[in-house]
Amino acid sequence: MTDWLDPLPWLIVLPLVWGALAFVLGPGRGARLAIAALVLQTLLALQLAAQLLEHGARAYAVGGWSAPLGIDLYVDGLAGVMLLLTQAVALPLAIYARGYFAATSKGAELFWPITGLLLAALNALFVSADLFNIYVTLELLGLAAVGLVAIAGGTAPVTAALRYLLATLLGSGAYLLGVALIYGTYGSVSLEGLAPLMNEEVPRAVVLAAALMLLGLLLKTALFPFHFWLPPAHGGAPAPVSALLSALVIKASFYLVVRLWLDLFEPLTTVDAAQLIGALGAAAIVWGSLLALTQTRLKMLVAYSTVAQIGYLFLLFPLATLTPLSATESALQGGVMQALAHGLAKAAMFAAAGSMIVATGRDDINRLGGVGVRLPLTLFTFGMAGVTLMGLPPSGGFTAKWLLLQAALESGQWWWVAVMVVGGLLTAAYVFKVLRRAFLPVAEGDSVTPVPRVLEFSAFALALASILLGVFGAPVMDLLAVGRGA
Amino acid sequence: MIADTWLPVAVVLSSLLPGLVIFFLAESRIRLRTTLNLIGAFAKLALIGVMLWGVLHDHEYVFTHTVLPGLDLVLKADALALLFVTLSAVLWLFTTLYAIGYLEGAPNRSRFFGFFSLCVTATVGVAMAGNLFTFFLFYELLTLATYPLVVHRGTEKALRAGHIYLAYTLGGGALLLIGTVWLYGLAGQVDFAPGGTLSALTPDTAGQLQIIFLLLIAGVGVKAALVPLHGWLPLAMVAPAPVSALLHAVAVVKAGAFGIVRIVYEVYGIEFAQSLALLLPLAIVASITILWGSLRALFQDDLKKRLAYSTVSQVAYIVLGVALFGPVGTIGGIVHLVHQGIMKITLFFCAGNYAETLGIHKVSEMNGVGRRMPWTTLAFTIGAFGMIGVPPLAGFISKWYLGLGALEAGMPWVLAVLAVSSLLNAAYFLPILHRAWFRPPPTAWPHEHIPLRRGWETAPLLLLPPIATAAATALVGLFAASAFSPLDWATLIAGREYLQWTP
Repeated sequence: MTDWLDPLPWLIVLPLVWGALAFVLGPGRGARLAIAALVLQTLLALQLAAQLLEHGARAYAVGGWSAPLGIDLYVDGLAGVMLLLTQAVALPLAIYARGYFAATSKGAELFWPITGLLLAALNALFVSADLFNIYVTLELLGLAAVGLVAIAGGTAPVTAALRYLLATLLGSGAYLLGVALIYGTYGSVSLEGLAPLMNEEVPRAVVLAAALMLLGLLLKTALFPFHFWLPPAHGGAPAPVSALLSALVIKASFYLVVRLWLDLFEPLTTVDAAQLIGALGAAAIVWGSLLALTQTRLKMLVAYSTVAQIGYLFLLFPLATLTPLSATESALQGGVMQALAHGLAKAAMFAAAGSMIVATGRDDINRLGGVGVRLPLTLFTFGMAGVTLMGLPPSGGFTAKWLLLQAALESGQWWWVAVMVVGGLLTAAYVFKVLRRAFLPVAEGDSVTPVPRVLEFSAFALALASILLGVFGAPVMDLLAVGRGA
Repeated sequence: MIADTWLPVAVVLSSLLPGLVIFFLAESRIRLRTTLNLIGAFAKLALIGVMLWGVLHDHEYVFTHTVLPGLDLVLKADALALLFVTLSAVLWLFTTLYAIGYLEGAPNRSRFFGFFSLCVTATVGVAMAGNLFTFFLFYELLTLATYPLVVHRGTEKALRAGHIYLAYTLGGGALLLIGTVWLYGLAGQVDFAPGGTLSALTPDTAGQLQIIFLLLIAGVGVKAALVPLHGWLPLAMVAPAPVSALLHAVAVVKAGAFGIVRIVYEVYGIEFAQSLALLLPLAIVASITILWGSLRALFQDDLKKRLAYSTVSQVAYIVLGVALFGPVGTIGGIVHLVHQGIMKITLFFCAGNYAETLGIHKVSEMNGVGRRMPWTTLAFTIGAFGMIGVPPLAGFISKWYLGLGALEAGMPWVLAVLAVSSLLNAAYFLPILHRAWFRPPPTAWPHEHIPLRRGWETAPLLLLPPIATAAATALVGLFAASAFSPLDWATLIAGREYLQWTP
């Protein structure tokens, strides 16, 4: 294989290029360019996945210089799955965003350049092979995300963006401190080089470093009780931005927690720490769902639903830490499946919510009457995404829940079963709160205007993908297993 | 043969694909929508016909798709599956025809028929599920597909009923899920197989298996409306009449009852379930449900509500039959799955006709309705007599076998339950018939929508389906002993469940 045909670097370079060009070309042509490039990126991610399945995990030395002089990239099944998710969510969302900004117009000129940067940072983050490089991509990602929240302008979005900025800087600061401690101890930041050095007798500084890095990442993932910044940021941004942030950006820091916990710091992990993280996850599920139930604004409801769904992701850790091998395996599969399913479904849900808001002219759950008649496809999309979030079959969310339940029962941790079941029922409660309103006839004095077809169909495609993931999940799980020594 | 794999899938798709297309049709495309519906219904019947012939000749139709390693989606057409599939496909055809007549001119028909088709798709999937996972998948799909139908009218009352329906069924689904995952953890993939598969497990799992049984039965018991999980059913009668028919006869409660049949016979195995002492509690719950449902039905003035409580009671007959250890009781339970469906759909069609034609919703408004609508009332009468168990109608056959089965199982007290219940059935149905035939009609009906025209007491599409199902109620009873009757098929199934028994 000639080097320049390797899909890996192109996945990082392409979004940078179209992002920069969109800045020059303006929102109209920039959007078309972005969509075309995203089609290409999706194909590249698929090609990379096929290569992984065939040849296994591999490293890539940027510019032919390998570490310690140059930068090493490393891609395995987990990274491959996340890259696929990113492109699969970004493409329909880009199509949606083009229609959305044409209808509402505010902030389009900044949306495309920043999104290009965001996607480049995301793709780079998934394939970074050293702790410092991860820091750089994490910081870029955070700044791009904050920028996107602020593009609409106005007091509320900018306040939310500033709060988000504070959280993300604190998070990456803690992470960087940890990296510095590790570098000070071992003189290396390479994941591959550090992994053999970890054992129960590492110096105190390394344990502290691990704790700091973890804490920083939890803050960035908005795990309860660090979720304070998420609802205003995700609920206040324009719909395509909310979708990108909820579906992808928080998954990046989650991905890093998984990577560090399972691969690098594995010898340092304890059952107590894992149970604590799981407990935070459980609290997130219950608290996020309850708050979602009390919201009156549609997008805030969806944002609190993200707070709750993040909780499911972190159930992975108690189920995968020092448990029987089969439980560990299903826990990882379940956790990653949940990340994928939630990514697709939440993007669909925010997109559908955005369409409903455009159609009714306001962000109010109690004024959704008539949506069921005028925007049946959008309502159906919202419902399908809801099915995934509730974990009902057949959907990716169900497969995730099944795997996590299996891991919980296998490792004898029945309390997580109760949490998941209660969480599913609470999710149903807030999803049907929206659906039920939408079935009502149009209230007097309200009007529901039609929205461009492209908004309805792109959101529908995302929701459909989240359902199909549940039926055809086996190849994804095969890909995930690449490079995990199983 | 390729057809052997894909026939079950084709049966599922025959309602799924038309349903999906219908969602996207404009309201005004009535003819196209009707055509699609009917093509789907007839295609399904034709495919089922082929499979009936095959299964009788010991042919196997199995489709397998691996969702995850160790987790297969299996659709399998065995004798038990075909009993339920045939029932729902035939009744679906009648219900579709009826719904076309019933909803003429109503809003949101594309949405209605779309979910209607999804509902039947899920039911067919429940029937043909080849393992517990597949069963759960379609069982939950059924919940989701029926919700929009229950709230179809969009009134506060309908929304409230929908809410309660969801609370019950999703709660039940959660229990079913826990039980299923637990069982998969213990036994690996739990396929449905005659005689059950769990008896191979080590004896020390007995305690866990009893808890799992409780979880599974509670999970499906919600849809089967076993007391005390029946609260949603009487409320759901606010839905349009075709939906009630769907809930009570074609799909929902049947899926629950069918689930109990599968779990007892093909997951645990009747003999193993007996050895775990699970059957007696089940029989007791069923008996309580039978009596409680009948008792509550006595006090309802709302016709549909009375019928709903009657369903609570009648579906429990199926469960009772399942819980009677012995092939005769099994036959009684399984055959009642079909008989109850045919009889109850007749009654709901008739109740819908009274409401749509004359605006009659209450029993107390039914004086003399037999003179204005003789054919509908005749159909209603046959259905009601069937429910009471008057020979030679369908209900009599069921009760006869249940009674014999109770004696065979050594539970003579069940005979008392059957007798009391039949008396109660008579007590809540006969007054209706007396009013309808023998009391003088009022000077004006509550709200006459459809006038008498050229001898038709109501719209033809509303009248013909109940007459057909009423005729079926009589025919399956009269010809119970002939080949291809529900009784004959139930005997075939029982023969396959009890390995040492030949009918």
